[in-house]
Amino acid sequence: MHKEGEFDIDIRHLSKIEGHADLEVKVRGGKVEYAHLKISESKRFFTQGVRGKPCLNVAQLVSRICGTCSIAHLMCCIEAVENAIGVAPSKQTEVLRHLTMDGLMIRDHAMHLYIFCLPDIFGADSVLELADKDKALIEKALEVKSAGNELSKLVAGRAVHAPFPAVGGYTKVMEDSKAKEMAHTLEHAREHAIEFVDLFKENSPVFERKTHFIALKNSSYEYIGGQLCSSEGYCISRQNFWDHLDRVVVPYSQATGFEFEGREYMVGALARMNLNKEALHKSAKKDCSSAISMFPSSNIYMNNLAQAIEIVHSIDHAIELLEGNEFKPEPYKTPQAKAGNGIGVIEAPRGTLYYALKTNEAGLVDYINLVIPTAQNHQNIEKDVAKLVQDQLDLGAEPQKISMEAEKLIRAYDPCMSCATHFLKLKIKKSKKPSRRAKMPRNPWAFAEAGKR
Amino acid sequence: MGKKLAVSWITFACCEDSSILFVELLNQHFFEWKDKLDFRYCRMLKSQGNDFEGTDVAFVEGAIATKEDEAMLKMVREKSKKVVAIGSCACTGLPSAQRNAFDEPTKREIMMIIERFGHLEKVHPIKDIVKVDYMVPGCPMDEKIFLEVLGKCLSEFGVQ
Repeated sequence: MHKEGEFDIDIRHLSKIEGHADLEVKVRGGKVEYAHLKISESKRFFTQGVRGKPCLNVAQLVSRICGTCSIAHLMCCIEAVENAIGVAPSKQTEVLRHLTMDGLMIRDHAMHLYIFCLPDIFGADSVLELADKDKALIEKALEVKSAGNELSKLVAGRAVHAPFPAVGGYTKVMEDSKAKEMAHTLEHAREHAIEFVDLFKENSPVFERKTHFIALKNSSYEYIGGQLCSSEGYCISRQNFWDHLDRVVVPYSQATGFEFEGREYMVGALARMNLNKEALHKSAKKDCSSAISMFPSSNIYMNNLAQAIEIVHSIDHAIELLEGNEFKPEPYKTPQAKAGNGIGVIEAPRGTLYYALKTNEAGLVDYINLVIPTAQNHQNIEKDVAKLVQDQLDLGAEPQKISMEAEKLIRAYDPCMSCATHFLKLKIKKSKKPSRRAKMPRNPWAFAEAGKR
Repeated sequence: MGKKLAVSWITFACCEDSSILFVELLNQHFFEWKDKLDFRYCRMLKSQGNDFEGTDVAFVEGAIATKEDEAMLKMVREKSKKVVAIGSCACTGLPSAQRNAFDEPTKREIMMIIERFGHLEKVHPIKDIVKVDYMVPGCPMDEKIFLEVLGKCLSEFGVQ
């Protein structure tokens, strides 16, 4: 038995998140000594596995980094390859890519909000248990989620490891009549999506800690294109993102962490809403105005509300593209691969995703380096958990309640552990400090040479 | 209420694409499965009472990459009447097993992680470690085969 104010929280395999992670918190003398988020997902070494593979096919391989946000990896990798070999997509391809991202956001956010988070709001343990209390609510949730899934299937061929998106274009373009039908399906799901915005607005827990936010910003709140902006009020070009990052070695985790300008930060729906809510679709702005007025916010639980609003925005954005374009068959032409360096940066559901990729004369990938949203949020999550546990201790909460609250807080980030383990280099020196900043070359290609050792 | 099929779902080294596909299958099958399936261990759906005890059918997604995975899989086999391999990584090892084919310099490069986190020398499909009753291949799993296997299990265990 521990003394008063001395206990450990040790959660093995956090539930209702993507992948495997453990939380370890040590409390001594009523004070939090540390909070460690240990990502226990086994590394699968994609950054090494892609070397020597043809650059035109590699996007389908990196798609396998993550099940739920596979489309984000696909899109970001395609952008990086196109920049490396100098290919520009057609206008129609750009529209299809935005639609593909919209489908991803609707489906992925819906899974997190309705399957993982909704039970918390109603004090139920699972969506199955919740369905006994409110069947109609679950039916609505599944309809919204299904609309996102159907949009992805139509535009990209499948919601998971989508077969149509490729370097230079789409291998298949949907029929125009199907696009118009899809707009109606989305229209129907939209009214439920708005109800969920109200529900998450009325039921958001509060946890505040000052941090800063990074997201891509553009004039239509799109997930591809624009500049990277910080809540400090400045923007940088996508190409220069790496120059502002510090990698943090986390010796107890199979993942790495990042700092931006030497400080922890947050990426994801909350960051996007905080930085760019003015650019939301006008229909979403009209029907979700009171929820939108709650941003900017430093309450991490508002990430859930931000996702709920993004579902409505993505539906509106997709409807406009589906109705406003005539989709025509466009035979896929295989681009000419060549040597080059390319960077891809997009907004994945969980935040900014960065790819740096180098191809050689034979059109093979020499090198790839990724910056993953959950790795960027790692430092922020640990600092939040440490503060949350301390706050709860000061309020006299029992360890079991504290443990449950900590898990809920981590869930609000919608972390993705399958993704988080993908980074190129791990060097750990014997050090008593739990984590430390790694000396990182100010050049995203610097590891390319080191990797050849 | 009639008899339910006690199912568990566990993931090892993989991208959890089949888990996602399963969650998407819920769009159409949620209320049917809620009445027919009793989820014993399923961390993607519930936080409390995740336990393999009494499992009729365990769905196992992902490849076996660490000593811990191996021990866990053996425990799952012991406690479950049937084991179904879900998706390409569980059925064949790949793509999670890609490191098995790395050249020597690349193997040296990743050696530190392999040693530090208790990884096995090679990544294995689950049939290397335990007896597998059914396979649902595909990357992600083939939806049709999954529904067929589930249907077969329901009738084998007499669930209407």
